[in-house]
Amino acid sequence: MEIPYTVTARPDTGLYNAKVGIWLFLASEVMLFGGLFSAYIFLRLGATHWPHHILNVPMGLFNTMVLISSSITMVMAWSSLKMRQFSNYRKWLGITLFCGVLFLSVKSVEYKDKFHHYGIILNSGQEITGHLAMTEEEAIHSDVLKIKPDPENAGDFLFQLKSIFSKPEGEEKVLEIPKKEIRWWSNFVPKYNTYLATYFTMTGIHALHILGGLLVLGYFWGPGAALYRTNPEHLANRVEVAGLFWHFVDLVWIFLFPTLYLF
Amino acid sequence: MDSEMSMTSQAAHGHHEGHEEISWIRKYVFSTDHKMIGYQYMVTSLFVALFAFFLMVLMRWQLSFPGKPIPIFGPILEKLLGSSMAPGGVMTPQLYNSFGAMHGTMMIFMALVPALFAGFGNFVVPLQIGAPDMAFPRLNMASFWLFFVGVLIMMVSFFVPGGAAKSGWTSYTPLADFADMGPGFHPIFNGQTLWLIGMAFNITGSLLGSVNIITTIIQLRTKGLSWMRLPVFVWSELVTAFLLLLAFPPLESAAIMQLMDRLFGTSFFSPEGLIINGKHADISGGGSSILWQHLFWFLGHPEVYVQILPTMGIVGEIFANNTRKPLWSYKVFVYSLLAIGFLSMIVWAHHMYMTGMGQAVTSFFQIFTTIISIPSVLLGTVLLLSLWGASIRFNVPMLFALAWLPMFGIGGLTGLPLGWTASDVVLHDTYYVIGHFHYMMAPASLLALFAGIYYWFPKATGRYMNEFLGKIHFWPTFIFFNGIFFPMLVQGFAGVHRRWYDGGAGWQMAQNVLWLNQVMSFSAWALAIAQIPFIINFFWSLFAGKKVTDDNPWQATTLEWATPTPPGHGNFLHPVAVYRDPYEYSVPGYKQDYLPQWESDERLNKEGKLSQVSF
Ligand code: HEM
Ligand SMILES: [Cu+2]
Repeated sequence: MEIPYTVTARPDTGLYNAKVGIWLFLASEVMLFGGLFSAYIFLRLGATHWPHHILNVPMGLFNTMVLISSSITMVMAWSSLKMRQFSNYRKWLGITLFCGVLFLSVKSVEYKDKFHHYGIILNSGQEITGHLAMTEEEAIHSDVLKIKPDPENAGDFLFQLKSIFSKPEGEEKVLEIPKKEIRWWSNFVPKYNTYLATYFTMTGIHALHILGGLLVLGYFWGPGAALYRTNPEHLANRVEVAGLFWHFVDLVWIFLFPTLYLF
Repeated sequence: MDSEMSMTSQAAHGHHEGHEEISWIRKYVFSTDHKMIGYQYMVTSLFVALFAFFLMVLMRWQLSFPGKPIPIFGPILEKLLGSSMAPGGVMTPQLYNSFGAMHGTMMIFMALVPALFAGFGNFVVPLQIGAPDMAFPRLNMASFWLFFVGVLIMMVSFFVPGGAAKSGWTSYTPLADFADMGPGFHPIFNGQTLWLIGMAFNITGSLLGSVNIITTIIQLRTKGLSWMRLPVFVWSELVTAFLLLLAFPPLESAAIMQLMDRLFGTSFFSPEGLIINGKHADISGGGSSILWQHLFWFLGHPEVYVQILPTMGIVGEIFANNTRKPLWSYKVFVYSLLAIGFLSMIVWAHHMYMTGMGQAVTSFFQIFTTIISIPSVLLGTVLLLSLWGASIRFNVPMLFALAWLPMFGIGGLTGLPLGWTASDVVLHDTYYVIGHFHYMMAPASLLALFAGIYYWFPKATGRYMNEFLGKIHFWPTFIFFNGIFFPMLVQGFAGVHRRWYDGGAGWQMAQNVLWLNQVMSFSAWALAIAQIPFIINFFWSLFAGKKVTDDNPWQATTLEWATPTPPGHGNFLHPVAVYRDPYEYSVPGYKQDYLPQWESDERLNKEGKLSQVSF
């Protein structure tokens, strides 16, 4: 038994099945992220206070570039297949995969940075953010928290850029705050505040999508590529469909980046 | 009846299957055949439905005889779930809440929608459009198994410490953010968390399923089957699939956010200054429980149409077939389906009038809620007028389909007062709401479900279901459904609250309608007994039912009846093409009163000109 239009397009719709399928799937993905973005807007509009400058903009910008490049190489991979240039296909898809992995690595560095970044809310309601000048272990047991507060210019692009490569100089004064003056303190984990909750949830779900895309593309780079020998057009279709997903995931990031890093 | 043109092709079919040897496990368990997947959905859903019904049967005991031990089942519950849940066979409030939440969740998401949308959808849609299978057979299998794992997770959640979820099928926050947490509960294996995980599986499965159904309908329609020749059931599945595709994902993101709240302590849905058990909750706050309601009802409302739309399709098919006339207006029917589908995406906040959303917002939702009843009424009217002047065949499928109509009518009419804030403020959260929606989701949906089973059973199995047993299934089912749900409308008017375990103050003030509790409970138990003929009929007919002697036993016109009985792998023996509209019944000038879509005029030996008619 053969399912019609798995490889060739149906004349009246002009599409093969998987292409219809992926567009529908992407429509549902739009609604999935739409739900998250609506939640973000809803919560932000209702918030009394919304933090800024918590994220490292240069890193996010770099990752944006990486994903945009990967979208271009993805198209190159597909068009190589269409032109039946198998080794080019492998090359471009390989670069795409590399970009995806690079994105995830940068993302995990950013996550790790957040887990080492602390916030303290004093009884007065004032918030102090910075890095601990003691180990976490010590901080839990001590009666006094020692913290190096973030400098004034922590939101500066250049400052953030420098801080990626070297420990920031200057503001080395360490604050010592007795715990009885502290209402609440924690590192920047999702529960710290609503902003971080949305940041981790949205970028986390996005990262899972990247991971899923990498698995699929990796399959078409490796074992899945064997289809080239028997039915190169079918492989090209599959890569096109996977590519559409990949572009979509990039597009989501292009919305996420300004929403979370800049506004 | 003219049988020249149709022949039983069981022999041919046997041969057809012979050359494709597939292992037992690939054929019955991990099958990619749309028909087998349809059966799997249907059987699983029927079991879940029976189970979820049983939960309610037990809850009705508590409502009629509060605080008394449940006879027979009480001790079993105590053994199974522990004496903290059912001490001495008495239902505790936690158990009541958990049964209520799970009854709703399982009925909607894991029984009726899977049965109607996925069960019939899988079996019937490819056949009705002349396709060999679904567009993505392996994806189809994946959908079923995702759904099945979701069901298993829900079932298992009854047995974790503290029992299954207790926050209603709507899982309103902040209650659901903190329910089933703390001492005595496992951080992950607790009722509410498992509810969320089970729903995530269910949602993912139904997303993939709807992609599959839509692609199949767009791409695999056979030659000549243009859009306006599609059977109404296919239309209803198409609209339903779009609703699932677009409305479910926001609930998935909401479920993820609630999981974040529960597992990582975020405050998406928890406001500042929340006090739990007398203590200030250790959370950042800043979330909104209204946000959950919006995200939930953005799915929740379309979801109820997801359940009713396929039943409209089923009833439409059976009406056309048994009135032996075209539907009164195919076009109005189809455009109504489309309009309902579209409008149902923009009425969700009529469930939230009591949250104080503000005049502008409520006006919007009141207007569209009122507007959506127009296509609903049109659709009912098409069906009603289709009966006009028909010589109706009162077989069992038709009885069930006929009974669907007044149930849908009552459900729709009782919805209108809920759609306006002025009256909803009084009726919200009372038994009136329960009565309203059950008329849709229980009598209407289940009657159509049964109608569909009786109607397509001969195609699926090659045997009829028994007429007599079918009739003794029908009458008590129809009567007791009303015995359960009509009194709810009455109680609701008297102000009886919809969720209370023992009535509380609400019962004090509604003394004169409390006797109805017994009426409803006895009706529920009688309804349970009335399903026994169906269960017997189903299994007995599988093996010993009267054999069909024709591939088209109901003399129907749509393509599923052009297949062998039962259809083999790949469905059609020859490529089929479509030559006409879906319901050409009683067309003047032909010898037979039905013109199948797959027969061309030449083959139908049209009667000749007047001169050839002999007197
Ligand atoms: C003309 C059509 C309809 C109108 C105007 C309508 C209106 C409403 C309104 C306003 C509510 C909210 C009541 C409240 O909570 O105070 C409601 C509840 C409900 N309706 Fe409808 N409805 C209609 C059709 C349907 C259909 C076709 C179904 C299902 C197949 C349905 C299922 C439900 C359910 C399940 C609820 C209650 C949900 C809950 O709170 O647990 N309704 N309806
Ligand atoms: Cu609604």
